[in-house]
Amino acid sequence: MSFISYLKDGISLGSIYAIIALGYTMVYGIAKMLNFAHGDVIMVGAFVILTAVTKGGMSPVLAIVLSVIFCTVLGMVIEKVAYSPLRKASSNLAVLITAIGVSYLLQNLALLIFGADAKSFVTVIDVPTLSLFDGQLVIKGITIVTILTCIVIMVGLMFFVQKTKPGRAMQAVSEDRDAAQLMGVNVNATISMTFAIGSGLAAIAGLLLCQTYPTLTPYTGAMPGIKAFVAAVFGGIGSIPGAMVGGILLGVIEIFGKAYISSQVADAICFAVLIVVLLVKPTGLFGKNIQEKV
Amino acid sequence: MAMLEVNHLAIQFGGLRAVDGFNVSIEKGQLYGLIGPNGAGKTTIFNLLTGVYKPTEGIIKLDGQDITGKSTIEINKAGIARTFQNIRLFKDMPVLDNVKVGLHNHHAYSTLTGILRLPKYYKVEKEMNEKAMEILKVFDLDKEADTLAGNLPYGKQRKLEIARALATNPKLLLLDEPAAGMNPNETQELMDTIRFVQKHFDMTTLLIEHDMKLVGGICEEVTVLNFGQVLAQGETQKVLKDPAVVTAYLGE
Amino acid sequence: MKKTMNKTTRNNLINYGIVIALFVIVQILSGTGHLSRLLTGLLVPLCVYTIAAISLNLVVGFSGELSLGHAGFMCVGAYSSALFSHIASDIPQVPRFILAILIGAAVAAVFGVIIGIPVLRLRGDYLAIVTLAFGEIIKNLINILYIGFDENGLHVATSAANLKLAAGGKQILKGALGISGTGALYKDVKHYFFPIGILLVLLTLFIVQNLVNSRSGRAIMATRDNRIAAESVGIDITKFKLLAFTISAALAGVAGVLYAHNLSMLKVSGFDYNMSILILVYVVLGGIGNLRGSMIATIILYALPELLRGFANYRMLIYAIVLIVMMLFNWAPAARNWRARVMEKIRGTKGKKEAA
Repeated sequence: MSFISYLKDGISLGSIYAIIALGYTMVYGIAKMLNFAHGDVIMVGAFVILTAVTKGGMSPVLAIVLSVIFCTVLGMVIEKVAYSPLRKASSNLAVLITAIGVSYLLQNLALLIFGADAKSFVTVIDVPTLSLFDGQLVIKGITIVTILTCIVIMVGLMFFVQKTKPGRAMQAVSEDRDAAQLMGVNVNATISMTFAIGSGLAAIAGLLLCQTYPTLTPYTGAMPGIKAFVAAVFGGIGSIPGAMVGGILLGVIEIFGKAYISSQVADAICFAVLIVVLLVKPTGLFGKNIQEKV
Repeated sequence: MAMLEVNHLAIQFGGLRAVDGFNVSIEKGQLYGLIGPNGAGKTTIFNLLTGVYKPTEGIIKLDGQDITGKSTIEINKAGIARTFQNIRLFKDMPVLDNVKVGLHNHHAYSTLTGILRLPKYYKVEKEMNEKAMEILKVFDLDKEADTLAGNLPYGKQRKLEIARALATNPKLLLLDEPAAGMNPNETQELMDTIRFVQKHFDMTTLLIEHDMKLVGGICEEVTVLNFGQVLAQGETQKVLKDPAVVTAYLGE
Repeated sequence: MKKTMNKTTRNNLINYGIVIALFVIVQILSGTGHLSRLLTGLLVPLCVYTIAAISLNLVVGFSGELSLGHAGFMCVGAYSSALFSHIASDIPQVPRFILAILIGAAVAAVFGVIIGIPVLRLRGDYLAIVTLAFGEIIKNLINILYIGFDENGLHVATSAANLKLAAGGKQILKGALGISGTGALYKDVKHYFFPIGILLVLLTLFIVQNLVNSRSGRAIMATRDNRIAAESVGIDITKFKLLAFTISAALAGVAGVLYAHNLSMLKVSGFDYNMSILILVYVVLGGIGNLRGSMIATIILYALPELLRGFANYRMLIYAIVLIVMMLFNWAPAARNWRARVMEKIRGTKGKKEAA
């Protein structure tokens, strides 16, 4: 029964990675940039909820809505101010380094406002625990909520991208920015919208992360951010189902690694699996293999 | 013996046979044209000859040596050099260095010799500089030796590609639409240069071209390709008058 | 043609000159008592990061591959050389330190080859994430490693208890606690770590500059500019990518040696991806493919947080803002055009020439 118990923990953690990875993957698909600050938006979102509930006395639902709005706006502002001036820069490393700068900025702002000590997070989502097989398998409410949220987001995004006009504009921009522009797609607005969605999702991921692991510091987002990035690459960066599968696989591998091998090398195992996957499939599980035309 | 001998060359991409049953025989010192409508498979043939694609069937012989299925690098060492339809220069390197990269396999010293600056480094570098300048002079690019290749005007970039290809000391030179995007004056100048290269280096050249005037002006023989297959082959003036060729080009 | 040769040679000489001049200035300041303890403490790390930045520029700038695992190679160089220094404590200090440098470089180079062969098949951002992954794996594995030695030789285990050292044996590497007291093994050499660091910076510059301006260097850059064209003129792209990657790893290993021996406590937690990213920041801000830029950016950005100490909590915030603003100013096309216009006004009509 412990196997199933680890599996559900893995899927739950993986679902959080998947939600973060979705943000990574969409932004990469559209803007062709690694948004290193994405993980820190998660942390910001979590702080907004914590502050709204503890200091502002808001109801959980209102706090969550506020956090999503805050992060959505934050994502758009970051894109406008820090990334869009570099969109036509001669090297795409420039925007990568700027993203690192933004990551430092968010972390240090949080450090200044909230301090370095770990805050214990409040319970915002209160769903009763599910007990199965005479209590042999206990599934926490938050686990169920996390997994369900992930599924809803993924299905919603697939629908959005494939069936709606702005979603198809996103696809067009990621396929060929110049051609999309010529066909009348507003490229700037589409990129802005992608950052908005990705950052909004980061707020939700931040909430779920802090419900499962209820401590919060200015650096809380950094490692999950990197892991989600790994998950996105794992699944084939730019692919929505890829991010989902990659995220869940990574979560499961991490929890199994911790449980059955050693908690100290669990990260190493995650990274090693990534390397093996990329060596076998150089563009990830669901990635498109694009050959340069001669 | 022919310099290039190709028999029954074919390649299949999924269900599409992009090139099928292609034969050609080019004599040493010949200027040979490969023409055909868009999508006829001309560049694919270049990619097959240079090892970018591996042929599904057929045999390619260069100067009697079987080079079928070899890698791009081996084929270049065997003696085929090429230019590209969409110019592929080493943009962030000076014009001179572009040619010196072409000389890479012919003027050698080890990495360690380079780092330690042993006497051999200076000797070989001097040889390379002289050789590179000599080639650049042929193309009237010697004055731009220090310019970054990416900053050259379009016509000169095309010339530099030919210069770089020649630096590898090939037996056969493949030119992929060398006159694309050039004005009539530049095209005329290019024709003179290609002829000069043929005479001066005793070069065998196979060129892909859309510009009929250029082909008619300098190629002794041509092959016309349509839908991956040879439509006509032979003396240029005769082939260009062939009704089948005229139809393929002008439609009905 | 003659002029280019002279220009590159002159540029290279200027770079050596800058390093030597900085060294002389520091010596004068320190001799006249104008150097605070704080700044003195920064000198050796500054050499470490300069070497790391120059060597990373070989991969990022000249070979055109994004590597986020540079700290991993530093880590390998640091630990292998520190282990050697402890084990070979009978050898006199000077030859031992030289051997330690060589061993650090060699082990890092071996890792460079082992990692480079599979990884360099990947491109762009995929390569970046895999190098990051390798860096993290190296860090994670050393973190659980325990190494000691006694009269029976070397013992390696994953916990202190499993080392099973004989009486009189010595535990060197203690997992997450790392290796301590390496610097103390070099009582006489220790005071010269800064001049040694400067020599190593010069050596790194010498290797990278001469490599770049040689036949192999041209092949490396040709591969960066256009791999299909490079192959078409007979350049073995895998070979030259691997060459650049390995030399870069070896030099990072040297930086790691200096880093390890300068610390009283060598811990693996320092070598995380943040360190790799920090070095990448130096390289990109200084200019991709511009070695002098790497040096200057390293000095400024490394010293900046220290100089901002007076601002206490705000210093890292200021650092982040400076970083973003500098990136935008240096790289945004709009800012570049604006700068070009201003320069043109200042210099009259001569302002059009863009430095490479």
